[in-house]
Amino acid sequence: MTPASTAAIEVTGVDRIFRRRRDEVVALRDVSVSVAAGEFVSLIGPSGCGKSTLLRLVADLDTPTAGSISVFGKTPRQARRDQDYGIAFQQAGLLPWRTVASNIELPLKLHGVGSAERRARSDELLELVGLEDFGKHHPDQLSGGMQQRVAIARALAESPRLLLMDEPFGALDEITRERMQNELVRICRDTGAAVLFVTHSIPEAVFLSDRVVVMSPRPGRIVDIVTAGGAGLGSSHERTDEVRDAAEFFHTVAAVREHLHGSPVAGVRGVESR
Amino acid sequence: MRRSLRAVLLGVLGVALVAALWDLYKAFGPEDGVLVGERTLVLPRATDLAMPHTWEMVQRLFEPATGLPGAPTALGAVVDAAGFTLGIAARGWLVGVTVGLLLALLMTRFKTAESGLLPWVVLSQTVPLIAIAPLVRRWGAQVEIGSFSWENEHSVALIAAYLAFFPVSIGALRGLKSPARTHLELMHAYGVGWWRTLLTLRLPASVPFLLPALRLAAASAVIGSVVAEVSIGLRGGIGRMVVEYAQSAGGDPAKAWAPIFGAVAVGLVAAGAVGLLTLALKPFRLTETS
Repeated sequence: MTPASTAAIEVTGVDRIFRRRRDEVVALRDVSVSVAAGEFVSLIGPSGCGKSTLLRLVADLDTPTAGSISVFGKTPRQARRDQDYGIAFQQAGLLPWRTVASNIELPLKLHGVGSAERRARSDELLELVGLEDFGKHHPDQLSGGMQQRVAIARALAESPRLLLMDEPFGALDEITRERMQNELVRICRDTGAAVLFVTHSIPEAVFLSDRVVVMSPRPGRIVDIVTAGGAGLGSSHERTDEVRDAAEFFHTVAAVREHLHGSPVAGVRGVESR
Repeated sequence: MRRSLRAVLLGVLGVALVAALWDLYKAFGPEDGVLVGERTLVLPRATDLAMPHTWEMVQRLFEPATGLPGAPTALGAVVDAAGFTLGIAARGWLVGVTVGLLLALLMTRFKTAESGLLPWVVLSQTVPLIAIAPLVRRWGAQVEIGSFSWENEHSVALIAAYLAFFPVSIGALRGLKSPARTHLELMHAYGVGWWRTLLTLRLPASVPFLLPALRLAAASAVIGSVVAEVSIGLRGGIGRMVVEYAQSAGGDPAKAWAPIFGAVAVGLVAAGAVGLLTLALKPFRLTETS
């Protein structure tokens, strides 16, 4: 296998069971999914369906009870040590005592990158996320959306080939959210990184993804995988605001919703998009 | 600049207000105080013996401390004693802060250390100072390492440290454990070990919790020094001086107040010194934003 053909993420038959004293909670049951290099895959489902758990397993913040996970052909632990992925959470999680620029530089600094190179990289990333003028500000001077953009810039600091994002726009208002989605599309196109994206918003998942993995709770498992490409949508790198009005977009949203509800929802072809 | 001037003026005004209240009560208050029933005194006697005029207290500071020829002014004696006590309190504070921080680190690192140590840390502060002071002196008297021999002032500093370590260990423990899960997981994702996480994340995050603890520790160290000086019987400090001067209060009521002002001054200087430290750590005082 050449590195180019290696999948970014390969999850095979993964179970994750939490044991608390006598209780057993099956968070994930027999989950298999793969993300190709450069592909954008969303995990969607109601709370408790294990979508965040799956992302945490890939990030090596947790270990599976059974099954195997490989990230670029390595174990998740090795991938984490090699800094093969960048990660962003629902909370921006910026360190309040560091400036925006030094927050972005944090992973580089921790891995021994020289200060001149760090400076250059953070300037580049600030431009990428449209915050050129805010490098010297502190996080508390920024709005929620801006903080989240800083967090994404930080996740991209080491030019990872894989981005793991756990509801990064979950705490933002609808308008900011759509703008951030447009920017994420552009960032993915510019960097060519594969993305595993957890969300509970159907239109967000459809707009951003090549494929949407629909999950259901108790026990957490994959119901179906919906391909969100095709004539009207194109690949995940080609999405613009016009896609939000395309018929194909609504069809895909409806398809995902049907899978989420477990039965066909009659006549939904409308504009209701959440 | 204008704000600091305002703060100074308000401070002076506050002191003046207390002095004015004191003398107003003395001028108009009943000689024998106000009694409820036969024996319960709810307002103090306003005699010269119980409440000397404020200006007499100030005036007394500039008169000789004792009747002996060549005796220094009361102010000089108080300043000397205050400096002595401040030195002991500072040593106690340093030792207390060091021990407190180390304990907090240990409790953060090992969950078992926290559940094992924390009750003892809390329990340690329920032991009355008067009870441990003679013990510390007796144990100390047996310490002799090379040319170093344990003096009574070491015992006093140790007791100051015993009081000072408590707020630091509790405050630092809370502060070191304050980083959000997101932050800790981020460090884990970066593949950073415990010590690097401590330096990059936990220590800076603990500063807002640590500063009030350091201030409390300074106050505790001063009180500990003054009280321990009395119970151990160490000469030269403010604590002993309060007791000595109080004995002459019968004939010279204003004199007893001189060391009390000295003790207040020691407390203020200690708090001020920690305040300077606060300025140095200002960048880390920013609160959590997300």
